Amino acid sequence: MLKKLCAKAFPKSLWVFHCNTGACNGCDIEVINVLTPYYDAERFGIKLVGSPRHADVLLVSGPVTRQVLPALKKLYDAVPNPKLVIAIGSCPTGGNIWFDSYATLGGLDKVLPVNFFVPGCPARPEAILYGVAVALGLAPKKVAPELLAQVHPEQLLQNIEKS
Amino acid sequence: MLKSKLKEAAICFKAGRVTMPFPLGPEFNPPGDWFRGKIKIEVEKCIGCGGCANVCPARLIEINDTETTRTLEYFLRRCTYCGRCAEVCPENAITMSTEYQTATNDNNDLYIRTELYMGTCGRCGRCFKPKSALDKMMVTGFRSKEAAGPAGK
Repeated sequence: MLKKLCAKAFPKSLWVFHCNTGACNGCDIEVINVLTPYYDAERFGIKLVGSPRHADVLLVSGPVTRQVLPALKKLYDAVPNPKLVIAIGSCPTGGNIWFDSYATLGGLDKVLPVNFFVPGCPARPEAILYGVAVALGLAPKKVAPELLAQVHPEQLLQNIEKS
Repeated sequence: MLKSKLKEAAICFKAGRVTMPFPLGPEFNPPGDWFRGKIKIEVEKCIGCGGCANVCPARLIEINDTETTRTLEYFLRRCTYCGRCAEVCPENAITMSTEYQTATNDNNDLYIRTELYMGTCGRCGRCFKPKSALDKMMVTGFRSKEAAGPAGK
């Protein structure tokens, strides 16, 4: 359903407002990298804008610190509907190593509804491009929860005896 | 002024195409062996020592025991890709793959759960290493010939 909504709402371009909520600047540098001619996210119509009122997408990096939370909420309200929120890096995806710190809220999904996550510390520029492609519906997502289990030892011994 | 513009155009033509066609085509510099991507677990090798959970800076590995099984849960959403778990693993069950295309719309996708069979302590009932070291040798094939035939020839 989200895919359909995206296809309807953003047929041409996503205008992006980039917001740092206490990141170490690593992911921010990679986001700038993605906009250079080598990676060139602008061919998908992605453009960095200076005001949240012009934006369709909120790019958030950083574990949401307690100090930045009111500003972030204001920012989210300023973005006109329909809007997407993309979390860049491990910090907004799950809180990184500060997930249980008193100074951060441990991840963006505890504060805002997040549409797409791009994990990585920092996320590779290719990974961000891939995340953009997933958001635009150009590529399928590749990760799924893995449930692994060992073969029962008795079974293993039986197998050895058979062979 | 026109001359300078022409000069600029010549430079641009000479440079050719620099943009990588990545999400739609191949990438120019695929990551090599040095790259630390999403962790890969070979569950048959794991002995459940919990060393990875001990050193993980993001404390993303949770260990839960029952009497005969030990469950390790990896919440990879907060993984920093530092590679310390792979470094410390005595059996090399954890390796860093080159997989970086992990963008998703649900962060519960970044999750690995492994179930290990352990031996039970006769006294305290807590679980410890697999059944016995000898069984494990047979599994790994270290002395499978001796185990199958008469020992010592």
